[in-house]
Amino acid sequence: MIEFSGDGKRRYQNILSHYPEKRAALIPVLTLAQREFGWISKEVAEYVGKLMGYPASDVLAVASFYTMLHKKPAGKYHMEVCRNVSCWLKGTYACVDAIKQRLNVDFGGVTADGKFSFALTECLGSCGTAPAMQVGDRYYEDLTPASVVEIIEKLAND
Amino acid sequence: MIKILLENTDKVDQVRLEKYKQRGGYRALRKVLTMDPPAIIEEVKASGLRGRGGAGFPTGMKWGFVPRNTGKPTYLLCNADESEPGTFKDRILMERDPHLMIEGMAIACYALNCHLSYIYLRGEYEFIAHTVQRALDEAYEAGVLGPSVLGHDFALDIHLHLGQGAYICGEETALIESLEGYRGYPRIKPPFPATHGFLASPTVVNNVETLCALPWIITNGGAAYASIGTEKSKGTKLFSVSGHVAKPGVYEVEMGYPLLEFINKEAGGIPNGHKLKAVIPGGSSVPVLTAQECEGVGLDYESLLKAGSMLGSGGMIVFDDTTKMPEVLSVIADFYAHESCGQCTPCREGTGWAAKILRNMVSGTGKWSDVDLLLKIADMMEGKTICPLADADVMPIRSFVTKYRREFEALCSS
Repeated sequence: MIEFSGDGKRRYQNILSHYPEKRAALIPVLTLAQREFGWISKEVAEYVGKLMGYPASDVLAVASFYTMLHKKPAGKYHMEVCRNVSCWLKGTYACVDAIKQRLNVDFGGVTADGKFSFALTECLGSCGTAPAMQVGDRYYEDLTPASVVEIIEKLAND
Repeated sequence: MIKILLENTDKVDQVRLEKYKQRGGYRALRKVLTMDPPAIIEEVKASGLRGRGGAGFPTGMKWGFVPRNTGKPTYLLCNADESEPGTFKDRILMERDPHLMIEGMAIACYALNCHLSYIYLRGEYEFIAHTVQRALDEAYEAGVLGPSVLGHDFALDIHLHLGQGAYICGEETALIESLEGYRGYPRIKPPFPATHGFLASPTVVNNVETLCALPWIITNGGAAYASIGTEKSKGTKLFSVSGHVAKPGVYEVEMGYPLLEFINKEAGGIPNGHKLKAVIPGGSSVPVLTAQECEGVGLDYESLLKAGSMLGSGGMIVFDDTTKMPEVLSVIADFYAHESCGQCTPCREGTGWAAKILRNMVSGTGKWSDVDLLLKIADMMEGKTICPLADADVMPIRSFVTKYRREFEALCSS
């Protein structure tokens, strides 16, 4: 049986306090759950559902709508590389090839050590500093095939 | 050129409340707190300010639709779900001058008699969430927010709410559904959010840039704002320009500023000796303009409409003469297919179908008949869905295929 940590429970109460109706807290609570448990598994959906009073199917129906809520395990560093127009114009796919080669995984894959996962994503709002990628709460911009490998090396030693 | 929005974004420590106040911040809020709310709405109406998220609806009029004394609370939602490809204008305001947004929100809340408000920030912008949350915390500590705003008998809470990755949640009714804790499915209108929005209460959804213009309007007056720009497009507008330009970035220009001058001066022109081929002036969902069509066009709602495109969000993407237009359209079509929420059949099926056809064309397995089929799919999607996402796919499909038809035909073999 999974459970939020002490800090998670405090955050959960704080999230609830922001909304006049409990349901509105569902997506922020799922975000919290992902932070605590890594991804939204069926077990996590059941736990969140029980906590808030919704069936797990309802919770998963919501989670499945949002790309940032993972429906399968992701790496510690989940790299989301923008594939939209401006990034594409500025050579996103050359960076993508470099990442694939360095990590030896394809889109949606996780490295054997569980450290990295990698996906293409839609416009990150970094068109002026394209190509760009998001890793957690960080943006990396003006990417080149060389710089993405450097970023991976740095994160790998973290 | 006059700066209303980016006046302080490059100044040191502008994100801090203390610096914001030193540079005149929160004076407009202090001023409105002594005004009659209907008078504030009149001032915003007089300014001619129009929604900067893309639709361009007059802000004061939107506020005017909110009924008073319904017995229900009124909500203001700040739309910070900036996701339209090519658009990165709101983030500069939030990253560098978050108190400007908070002050704009507080002004709007006071005018609308709203006591609880949310910033719906796209989840990808989590790095900005830290900056915005710090600014909110400071505002609470300083008594700018909380039970008694700047010592007046007006309570206001503003919370930051992060989305989790869905372009459609920038559409205001989808944003509301998402904020309520559901899948971001747009709602059928009417009823409009003004009467039945968040939790079935009166709700106003305003874009970050719109809200950020309010402190200046309150300080200088609606008439002063209306004196900037063109006859029908008032004030200044942020344009985020990217693609084949020497100096991509966010620029603030007076409405009506010449498009080509903007590309050549502000954005530094087309690099590497190439020539301009095409421009998407307002985000990926507006029709593309050929280089020729850009001549004489001003950056305002009416001029861009007359030229066959739209101002949209101000997310401008510039293409040089090396660009293969079918490939660009394929990238755009994949985006709309991915972001269709799936509620309406014409959009769910149409966006996917068009994307598939374009992928085939680009990979060399397209057929001659596909070119007209794309146009037919566009006709089948247009105006047949709950929200404008399908139309947002129709506009690039139709304009790219019509204006660059030969490039598409050249890819088709049989």
